[in-house]
Amino acid sequence: MNIRGIIPALTVVSVILAIWTLAVIPMNAHLTADQAQRDGLVMTPEAPRDRQAYTGLTLVIKNPAIIPMTYTLTRPRLPSPHQVAIEMYETIFTKAPTSRRSLVYHAWVTLSATLLGFAIGTTLGVLLAVGIVYNRTMDKSVMPWAITSQTIPILALAPMIIVMLGAIGIQGLLPKSIISAYLSFFPVVVGMVKGLRSPDGMQLDLLRTYSANANQGFWKLRLPASMPYLFASLKIGISAALVGAIVGELPTGARAGFGARMLVGDQYGQPMVTWAALFGAAITAALLVAILTWIERRTLARMGMGATA
Amino acid sequence: MMAFLIAFAIWVAGWWTNARLANGPRSDSRTISLIIPIIFGVTIIAMWEVLVTMLSVSPIILPPPSSIAARFASEIPILWADFEQTILKGAMTGYVIGMIAAFAVALLADRSEFLTKGILPVGAFMAALPIVGTAPIFVKWLGSNWESKAAVVAVMVFFPILVNTVAGLKDTSAMQRDLMRTYGAGYWPTLFKLRLPAALPFMFNGLKIATTLALIGAIVAEFFGSPTVGMGFRISTSVGQLALDMVWAEIVVAALAGSAFYGVMALIEKRATFWHPSQR
Repeated sequence: MNIRGIIPALTVVSVILAIWTLAVIPMNAHLTADQAQRDGLVMTPEAPRDRQAYTGLTLVIKNPAIIPMTYTLTRPRLPSPHQVAIEMYETIFTKAPTSRRSLVYHAWVTLSATLLGFAIGTTLGVLLAVGIVYNRTMDKSVMPWAITSQTIPILALAPMIIVMLGAIGIQGLLPKSIISAYLSFFPVVVGMVKGLRSPDGMQLDLLRTYSANANQGFWKLRLPASMPYLFASLKIGISAALVGAIVGELPTGARAGFGARMLVGDQYGQPMVTWAALFGAAITAALLVAILTWIERRTLARMGMGATA
Repeated sequence: MMAFLIAFAIWVAGWWTNARLANGPRSDSRTISLIIPIIFGVTIIAMWEVLVTMLSVSPIILPPPSSIAARFASEIPILWADFEQTILKGAMTGYVIGMIAAFAVALLADRSEFLTKGILPVGAFMAALPIVGTAPIFVKWLGSNWESKAAVVAVMVFFPILVNTVAGLKDTSAMQRDLMRTYGAGYWPTLFKLRLPAALPFMFNGLKIATTLALIGAIVAEFFGSPTVGMGFRISTSVGQLALDMVWAEIVVAALAGSAFYGVMALIEKRATFWHPSQR
């Protein structure tokens, strides 16, 4: 992306940040007012119960003194961007990556499950797509199910898969990976089938005039032609795989990973932990997609398809 | 051993029928295209039933389809209540709110070239993020009833719909816009008569992606806290009680609801964009 494309995007991001920063004041008004009163300040409606009748905004207008304090609560309803940034900095850079309190540690737990699952799901997806393209029976029987399965909230299966595998003694990384694999599987199948079928009649005919066999047709035409489709579905698949790994950590009371951090922050009233995990997950997703985009651009450019990317 | 032989026989029978049908003369007809996947599905379910019952697999690992069906039939009131709570209240409300918000922001952004350029990459980026993670935050803010689920769903469906709508509104050629100008049409007539109809295929694309997201958001958000009704609640508590047939029954409901929701959107799309090449 060039500089010209970045400026509008940065503007939109800063508008979002500004709205967030402003929203902190009314969102935290009640908590701050209670805290300020305990610290001896006089609040305009004295009784906390009376304050509950007010919206956050009116409360702030009546007590403008609490505005700066809304940004410094230790357990805010809505942490301000700088609080989240500080929490993230501390948990990423100042803790050893092997410590349980380090976000890097939790990121790795989730990431390893995501990547393993993504690898399994992608491999199986590509294999099934090849089968579907070359076998008419498979195409007719399996393809409708692969398409339908995309309309189904497969993620609802996550808790059950974890328990099911737990019952037969499989624990740890693999159950989460299976959910990730399952989620990244279907986009890859659908995209790869489309890609392997993308060569048109003229191109297939040309290969026939070269008397190429099915094998050569696959390696020299169909597979290269499917690359743009493959990368498009890989990008969908990797973010689905990450969501799968996170959700896979929720129902089992896992102790490590982004999902576990979100749950811990939620249950022990530590909003910063939840927010840091949320942004950690977002950054991880962004990095994964960015890496795939980079590989995509390099691959397609080497293949002479750079313009279509 | 017997179980595997029978399962294998079922597989061979199903596959042989499908192979005959798929390579037969009328394999592209509509009925045959519908029958083949159904036979495939029935084959899988029959193998599942045979293997699980004959090998007496513990029902806490994998219940046989027959007991799932029985559970489904006997628990219809509970399943309906869960469906109402999660799908009708949580997912639908959120979907409608997210959709309206996305359309509104898209129309606003569309008025300025600068905003469009900014919103497209940011929106596409946000659409790839694990927004489900906001669920604990919304549950904390809005309580554990369906309102918090609707909020999660609204945020989840917002970005795909926004990005597609903004992209769709750009999808008119200079020639078409010039034509409207020669008719003396201003912004609003151009919007309603040319650009919105041209954007519809894109918008429906976003709306169809969002149907699955809406269901996922509503179900997963219930894992973070819910009243004692709802599909996500039922799934997580039934898993805790090892009542896996109930979990599967809920998953059947989720699958049916997801397909129906998607089907309805696809049907509306067909009606609204009958002129588009992809529908003819």
